[in-house]
Parts: sequence; structure tokens; C-alpha cells
Amino acid sequence: MSGLTISRRGLLAGSALLLASTALPAIGRAQTPKKGGRLIVAADSEPRNLNPAIVASNDVFFISSKVVETLAEASFDGKDGLQPRLARSWEGAADGRSVTFKLRDGVKWHDGKPFTSADVAFSALQVWKPLQNLGRTVFKDLEAVDTPDELTAVFKFAKPTPFQLIRNALPALSSVVPKHIYEVGKIEDNPANNAPVGTGPFKFAEYKAGQYYRLVRNDAYWGKDEPYLDEIVYQVLPDRTSAAAALEAEEIQLAAFSAVPLADLDRISKVPGLKVITKGYEGLTYQLVVEINHRRKELADLKVRQAIAHAIDKDFVVKTIFLGYAATATGPVPKHDPQFYTADVPTYPFDVAKANELLDEAGYKRADDGKRFALKLLPAPYFNETKQFGDYLRQALAAIGIDAQIVNNDSAAHMKAVYTDHAFDLAVGPPVFRGDPAISTTILVQSGIPDGVPFSNQGGYKNPELDALIAKASETLDTAARTELYKEFQKKVAADLPLINVAEWSFISVARDTVGNIANNPRWAVSNWADTYLAG
Amino acid sequence: MTRAIRLLRRRLVGSVFVLLIVVIGSFLLLEAAPGDAVDAYIVSTGGDAGMIELLRHRWGLDQSELTRLANYLWALLHLDLGQSVTFSRPIRDVILERLPTTLILMGSATALSFGLGSALGIYAGARPGSFRDRFLSIGSLALYAVPGFWLGLVLIVVFAVDLRWLPIGGIETIASAKTGLARAGDIATHLVLPVSALGFIYLALYLRMMRAGMAEAWRQDFVLAARARGLPRRRLVLAHVARNALLPLVTMLGLQSAQMLGGSVVIESVFAVPGLGRLAQEAVAGRDTPLLLGIILVSAVLVIVINLLVDLAYAFLDPRVGAGEAGA
Repeated sequence: MSGLTISRRGLLAGSALLLASTALPAIGRAQTPKKGGRLIVAADSEPRNLNPAIVASNDVFFISSKVVETLAEASFDGKDGLQPRLARSWEGAADGRSVTFKLRDGVKWHDGKPFTSADVAFSALQVWKPLQNLGRTVFKDLEAVDTPDELTAVFKFAKPTPFQLIRNALPALSSVVPKHIYEVGKIEDNPANNAPVGTGPFKFAEYKAGQYYRLVRNDAYWGKDEPYLDEIVYQVLPDRTSAAAALEAEEIQLAAFSAVPLADLDRISKVPGLKVITKGYEGLTYQLVVEINHRRKELADLKVRQAIAHAIDKDFVVKTIFLGYAATATGPVPKHDPQFYTADVPTYPFDVAKANELLDEAGYKRADDGKRFALKLLPAPYFNETKQFGDYLRQALAAIGIDAQIVNNDSAAHMKAVYTDHAFDLAVGPPVFRGDPAISTTILVQSGIPDGVPFSNQGGYKNPELDALIAKASETLDTAARTELYKEFQKKVAADLPLINVAEWSFISVARDTVGNIANNPRWAVSNWADTYLAG
Repeated sequence: MTRAIRLLRRRLVGSVFVLLIVVIGSFLLLEAAPGDAVDAYIVSTGGDAGMIELLRHRWGLDQSELTRLANYLWALLHLDLGQSVTFSRPIRDVILERLPTTLILMGSATALSFGLGSALGIYAGARPGSFRDRFLSIGSLALYAVPGFWLGLVLIVVFAVDLRWLPIGGIETIASAKTGLARAGDIATHLVLPVSALGFIYLALYLRMMRAGMAEAWRQDFVLAARARGLPRRRLVLAHVARNALLPLVTMLGLQSAQMLGGSVVIESVFAVPGLGRLAQEAVAGRDTPLLLGIILVSAVLVIVINLLVDLAYAFLDPRVGAGEAGA
């Protein structure tokens, strides 16, 4: 299995957080890919819009990335961490004003029409830039897309735009949709948003609300001999415990995105015929972060923030809450990011005595009941782990005399309380690192963001120096210089603590042994699965 | 017959008011919940201020609460349930797609708990205080005390994972293209576990009620008289004691239908059954006010209809009901 050697290499190059042993049972059993078969996969959500060009998010990609392809996909060993998809090559101009894509020849849409540069131009200008959740930021300066011939698309930017950013954005932001289908009527209301048409290895066949999605093999796919599978069926299983049971009962063959809860993994890994895979999510890192409302007088004091950072035992969090399936964090860029990460930042080792000292210094002495002040703590409800960390943080803060009251909300209420109403002192959030700090990371600390923008700095933090650094990096074209600026950014964030990065984690897949070519790229669960197969 | 029609007419007039109160009350309650449909949506997507504003506008959430309520009621007057925000489809279609599933699930579960519950109740109540009476009473109470989701999970582990006799969840084998009888059989096999989980919990209620009613009936004079007349025991138990104890159970059946709908939310999630209960849960999580109102409305109509049927059945079972009315 070539996929596994690649992913083992990725593992060694990466960090120690990924447990090698759990994937061992599958290694060493050489199998040749087999054609045919239906792969049944657990799905825990039913996205309202399946168009990945509009909604660039993992729950949409999980289904749609098999149907609608991007210009390039992430790769463990490709140049700049990329492998070609609809684009064969990409070249950025030195002045940062244009990027030229050479497109793949002989690609056909699922309805038989040829794929051309006009489709890329249409997708970029009519969909990514005005409508896409992430593209609205990354492509904001995209002015025009020239199409000198059918297989060349030249992106023109109004302001110099770092080629490195565009490159890093390709796997998630560049889903190409067919112009001839979307140019009729309003793009947001197009029926293809619920039954996508693309160039991918699988065609969208049917959706039964509350039951399943079914994709079928695209016989005219451009990849040689691909895809291997005849069908992919996503069975909707809303209850998290049922995914594990369905795997054991052989009703499904794969549960991705940690559909099997961490606490069940130990038991599941011992079930014959099942394998636990911790790889294939390196490009989808979630960060466990303590968001801070700097409008609170106490929290505006750096010493208090440092005290909180010292009060958190990150190793304990990784071991107890994530059961080892995570890594401790040092700053706003995850450790295994190959381009930007630096370990050379101020750190805050677990030290309760020091934390207490810092709080005393800051002038917040313990009252007679041992408490210094009270805080409102809002853990995000999206993951078990964010909720559990909220409970842990409450105890950790109690040890340094801060009385944290936990407020539990459901997703919508949490969103409103933290990002619109700012009705929090501390919040626990899981922002996503998307391969480049400019996509969704700098926004967490940058000032001047309007109220209501989710996963952004809504804590009232304002640091002109940091803002200037972010602005400079966003227009620095030279890759090395830009990378250096983001290292500086990490140092500044770790020093001034606009927020506290606690841990980094990705997801885990559980599959039957018969499923082959799993986890062979860093965004495997949301890639196109053209080479995935079922043995025996 | 006229009695039935009068009952029907009076009920219909009352129902309109009930429904109006239900709709307005639910609307206000949902508005009071923090966060709206856009907040719920951007949890999985993120987005900038412009995009969020655009979404609020497109989904009509930038209008005032009063305007939205008025619009909703006006559309409702034209029997239009509106458009679902989370599904971007007409709510009528979304609900009609799920309704049959929930009806089958609820109907079967009710039949199971009522049928088996009252039968066991008769068995226990035939000899109040006997060993079998105590055994059944305690056993059913134990079942009643079990949370529905847990019972569901236990059933899944035993019958679907270990024994593999029955499917784990869903309403039918996915993407199987079965039709006719084969499909009906397939659905039936899928329903065994969820119906058991839902039905067994409420079984205790009917059993206990039947048993208590019978224990009381045994002490009544007419039973003593029937005994004195030398009626065979079997007839005494079924035709005299049990029949009298049956009436409160029928009332219970009506009340229970509302609870069943609540219970099906949990059971439908555990067994991945695409029914109305799960839809309601999704509507709340997605702050899809019109969809939830639609579900509540349909459920309210359902409960009203069931209770109407129960009343009619009551009048049929007990000739004393409505006797006073006939003179009025």
C-alpha cells in the first residue's frame, strides 16, 4: 500500500501527536487496488448547500469534493505541498499582480460539456470572490481573469497579492463549477447547489433527506483507471454512538472526522476487521483556544493573561481530554505546519505558584474567601473536547483564585453571545488553521473587525504593532520574507496573549480493513477519493 | 350520530384557538432563544460581515419580529407554511416527507404499549396481590424508569451489533431500490428496534393503570353481584372487571400521543430514523423558526385529531358519556 508509506513519512516529518501504532495492523499487507464496490460512509450532518465553491467548509467538502474538483489538492510530497488537479501548473508573476494557471486537457463536466478556462474565470469572479465564505477575503483584490486560450487562466489582481497565499488557498478555495449551468439565474438559488455537477471522479446521484447521499462512478473521469469504487453512499447517522455500532455491525465501512468518539477508539481498535487511522487530516488542524474579552479591566492586564496561561496544564489537557490524540500548542500556528511554524516564542509552562504571584503583582489579591475575581466562561458547544476543556479551565482557574462561571449554550446561542453580543469574559473556541495564517488565523487577533463576524477577534483586543505586522505580511510578495513576518507574528501573539493557544488536534478515521488508499494526502477526508478502493 | 357531529363541531371551533395560541406562543419562545438561523448557519462556514448581512437579508431575518409573525400568520391563513431556511425547500414538502415515518413509528409504538400493556395489566389485575402481579408491576416500573436513548442503545448493541438479527438504524436499507412487499418487509425489520424502545417505555403506564383499575373494580358491588350470580371467572374478569377498567386507558391513549411525539425526538436520533422528531430537533438547532412552527402546528393538529377520535371512541365504549348532553 503505497498510500501508507507516504503517510508514514508524513507522520515522521510531522509531530509526535499522531499515534503510529494504531495504524499498524494495516501496514504490510500489500494489496492491489480492486475495481468496483459500494463504500458506505457515516455522515453526521446534512449541509444545506452542497456547492463547495460557495461554502468552503469541511462538512460540504466531505461529500462534494468527490463531485466538484479544485485546481489543486494538498499533498504530502508534492512541490509546495500541492498536487495538480484541474490545473496542471501555476505560476505567479514577480509583481504579485497575476497568477497563470495551465489547465488540464480533455476534462469533461458530468453532463458531457468540455471544461475550459471560461469555467475557471466564471467560478473565480462570480462565485469565489463575491459569494464564498473564505474566498471573499482571499480573492478580494481579484480584478479579472483573462482566458487567452481554452486551457489558460490568468488571475489579475488590483493590488499585489502574495503568490504563496494563493497557492496555500488552492486546496480549499478553488472548487470549479460549470459556467454553463450557473450562468442562468441567481447563483445562490441554482438547483445545482443541492445536486452538484462537477468534473470529479463521482457524479451526484441522489439525496434522501435524513437518510443518505449517493454518488456514482464517473466513467468519463480524466484520471487513468480511476475511480475504483462504483458508488459512495453517505449514511446519515446523527447520533455519535451509532457510527461505532454501525462499523461493528458492518453496515458502514468508514467513519471519518472522528465520528467515533475518542473514548470509544481504544475498544474499537481491538475489534477484528477494523482499523483506527490518525492520518489524512494534517491539513485540517483545529486549535483549542481560550478567547479573551479585553474589555474586562482584569483581562486587559497582560499579567493576568500570563497568569491564566501559566495555570493551564497543556500536557494534562492533551492526555486527559484528547486521550493523546492532540499536541500542545505554543502559538497561533500549529506545530506541524511545514511552512510557517516557529518554536522560538515565549512559552508559559504550567506553574500555579508563578500564576498566583503574577496575579498578586497585578494587584488582584485574594479576598477572605480565597477568590480574586469572577469571570464568565463560555465553552463552544461544537465539540465534546471544547466543552470538557471548559470544565477543566474552570478548575484550573479556581486554583489561582479566579472564580469562573460556566455558561453553556447551543451553537447558535454561543455564536451570538461571543461574536455579536460580546457577552463573555473567557470563551473556549476551536478555530481552524487553513495552511496559511492569512486565511483564517490573523483575523483572530487583528483589530477593526465589525461585530458579528464569527471566528474573529471579537474580544476588543487592539495592538497597532500587531495590526501593522499583519498588514505588512499581507502585501509582502517574497515568500521567505513573508514567512519571516509570520514567525514574528507568532512571537508577538505568544508574548502579548490576545488569546491563549492550548492545543492542536485533527480528526480520526475508523475503517474496515478492506478499505484501501486511505489517508494518502493531508486533506484526505475532503479530497476526491478517486484512488480509494474496496478489497475483498 | 348527532352527538358525534356536535362534538366534532365544538372541537373544531376550539381547535382553531388552540392552534393560534400554539403558533404565537412558539414563535415568541423561539424568538427569545439567543441567536438566529444565520448564527446557527455560520457555525460551520464562518464568513465576513458582508456575507452575514447578505444572508440575513436573503432569509428575511432583517425584518422586525412583528413583521415576520404577521407575514407568517398571513401566509398560514392561505394554508402556506412557508420556506424552510435550513433546507431551502417548501416546509410543506419537508414535513410531508417525514410525517409518514413518524406516524408509522408512533402508531406501532402506541399499539405495542397499549396492546401489550393492557393485556399484561389484565393478567396482573386478574389476581391483585399475587406473585405475577407484583413481578409485572415492578418489571414494568423498571422499564419506565429507563431513559429511552439508553434502552435504544442497549437494543442496538444486543440485537444489531452482537446478534446481527436486525439493522442498526434508518427506516429502510439505504439505496436498495426495493419495492412493494419486499420494501414493506424491509421497513418492518427496521422498525422493530425503535418501536420496541419507544413502546416498552410507555407500556408500564398502561399496565399499571389497567391493573389499578381492575383492583378497584374487584371491590365494586356489581362485581360481587356478578360473582354471586355464579358467572364463570374468565367472563367475570374480561367482560366486567376489565371492561370497566379500560375506560381511563382510552383517555390515557389520547394524552399519551403528545408524549410519544416528544419521545420520538430521542428515539429517532438514536436509530437515525428520518422522522418529524429529528426534524424538530434540527429546526431548533438551526433556529429555523418557520420550520419548527410548521412541525409544531402539524403535531398539534395530530394531537387534536387523536383526542377527538379518543372522545368518539369513549362515547362509543361508555354509553353514559354524553347522556347529560342529549337533554341539554
